[in-house]
Amino acid sequence: MVDQDSYSKSALVDIKDLGFSYNQGKDETLKGIHLQCPEKQVTSFIGPSGCGKSTLLRCLNRMNDLVETAKITRGYINILGQDINARDVDPIELRKHVGMVFQKYNPFPKSIYDNVAYGLRIQGEKRKSVLDEAVETSLIGSALWDEVKDRLHSSALGLSGGQQQRLCIARAIAVRPKVILMDEPCSALDPIATAKVEELILQLREDYTIVIVTHSMQQASRVSDHTAFFYLGELVEANTTENIFNNPQEERTEHYISGRFG
Amino acid sequence: MNASNPFAKKKSLFEVKERIQLNLLRLACYTIIGCAIFIFSDIVVKGAPTFFKAEAPFVNTEFFTKSPEILSVWHDQDGVKYSMTKSDADVWQTENPDLQVIDLHDYAASGGGILGPLLGTGLLVVCCMILALFIGVSAAIYLSEYCGKHDKLMNLVRLSILNLAGVPSIVFALFGWGIFCHMAPIHVSVSELSDTTLWAFPFAGGYISFQGWDTSLLAGACTLAIMVIPVIITACEESLQAVPKGFREASYALGATQWQTIRKAVLPFAVPGVLTATVLGITRVAGETAPIMLTATVTEKGNLPFNTIVDEGVWGFFSQSVQALPFHIYTLSKLPASENVKPMQYGSIFAFLLLVMGFALISILLRNRIRKKLKW
Repeated sequence: MVDQDSYSKSALVDIKDLGFSYNQGKDETLKGIHLQCPEKQVTSFIGPSGCGKSTLLRCLNRMNDLVETAKITRGYINILGQDINARDVDPIELRKHVGMVFQKYNPFPKSIYDNVAYGLRIQGEKRKSVLDEAVETSLIGSALWDEVKDRLHSSALGLSGGQQQRLCIARAIAVRPKVILMDEPCSALDPIATAKVEELILQLREDYTIVIVTHSMQQASRVSDHTAFFYLGELVEANTTENIFNNPQEERTEHYISGRFG
Repeated sequence: MNASNPFAKKKSLFEVKERIQLNLLRLACYTIIGCAIFIFSDIVVKGAPTFFKAEAPFVNTEFFTKSPEILSVWHDQDGVKYSMTKSDADVWQTENPDLQVIDLHDYAASGGGILGPLLGTGLLVVCCMILALFIGVSAAIYLSEYCGKHDKLMNLVRLSILNLAGVPSIVFALFGWGIFCHMAPIHVSVSELSDTTLWAFPFAGGYISFQGWDTSLLAGACTLAIMVIPVIITACEESLQAVPKGFREASYALGATQWQTIRKAVLPFAVPGVLTATVLGITRVAGETAPIMLTATVTEKGNLPFNTIVDEGVWGFFSQSVQALPFHIYTLSKLPASENVKPMQYGSIFAFLLLVMGFALISILLRNRIRKKLKW
């Protein structure tokens, strides 16, 4: 199934036999997932709604801890070689290394500057020079600097949808994470804003390991190096994007990408 | 008119029914407006003359700078009518010994002004709201952010809060009177130790005695706070729940702890809701008579509240009894109806109305200002 040889680079995120349940282990939403996400590459999760791709993404920064009845039923996730569900792992420390961008862009109703500086400020950074520099590099890194440099202190909610989403990306990279998780980052954006965010993803790939959940197969083929296809809580196939789209090994994958279901 | 109009209105019994229903609903609505207009205009028309006067400075300053006193009314042998506070009357009578005092009547609490009750109510509201907001907001944060929706114990707590909100105010009054006025711990010297104390033990040169705070500002504020806390908790919890989930998720995803998330990504955006809760609380607290009647207020008091802070210190300030507007109005309403009492009655009610509206207005303006900054 998984073509291990295609992963030339080392896997930063390593998922082994992962089972996950939303109701104390009664039914499994994820059923024994084996997957590796290589360093400084883009891995995309595709599949129909309810297949568990967003759930898996939220397992990677333990966002599912916020759901009371959620439970890992088996297996483990290693990030940077550490089992992130180990007893001595603090999810708060983990999330500083595994950032996240959400489906609906959600900047705080504060200024652009305050939004980007949020992550550093909660880590106790108070020096203005450090914050100024981090805000500038993050905004440059998210290709937003030229558009907002003159109005850093005006409300983030005055920006357009696409700009707000790129601001959320800037906010995520301001804390210098190793991995960035993106949960359908373009589903609320128009095609032009989507193109800009996709361009940005390819640019961020230089420095970050990116995992992206998407509904759009075109997007997966445009931005990702590796693609994993999920169906009903199972990982059907994972391979390089090129192989998945041109030469799928599984019948279900072929049906899905050719639009016969889902 | 086109006779063959296919969309012409059809006259039928159904339409008549429809109209009757509409007008019934309209009538119900206008009844409320009518009641409101009647009450407000009656208060304004009869209360305003107490407030304003014909000559400069056009405002009856005495009404706001004096506390209630006994009003003396009489006439002399020439039929000239006199009406002034009892203390002024004594002075006047010694200065004018040649004029006879005929048909002298005294009316309790009808002379002077309403400064004492005004300050008393203000202090009660402020002290009560500080206590109630602190406890209420904390409890709301705990219920909304730390407790699960399916926690059985916490649902019991929520149910109790709802029930507490429905308890009649006289019940709170009696509990406040029993607990704060007669059971609460207080540090006293040996000579001040009460016979009725529940328990006392020596401490720091005196005694810690469970004998209560007596009729006091603090007891009144605590009683009012307990009464209004359920209202505040419910309203605050709702406003916390209304903060988008995305803010919390974004904050957690950046590595914030739960408290950091609450402090920086939830609470600031719930402030307008908390202020709405405050408005609700203030209007309820300022208007309550029963709880403060038993725990905090007196009919007449020579000293203004702020004078005690100089003589008796901070504790003296909080342990003094105060006058309060609702209780003052209650006292006035029990006097036999008379031309001489009416100006004070309506003036007090008018002032009370303005005070409560003023409190509410400040909170609403503040809320709107903050809301403008926080739109999402």
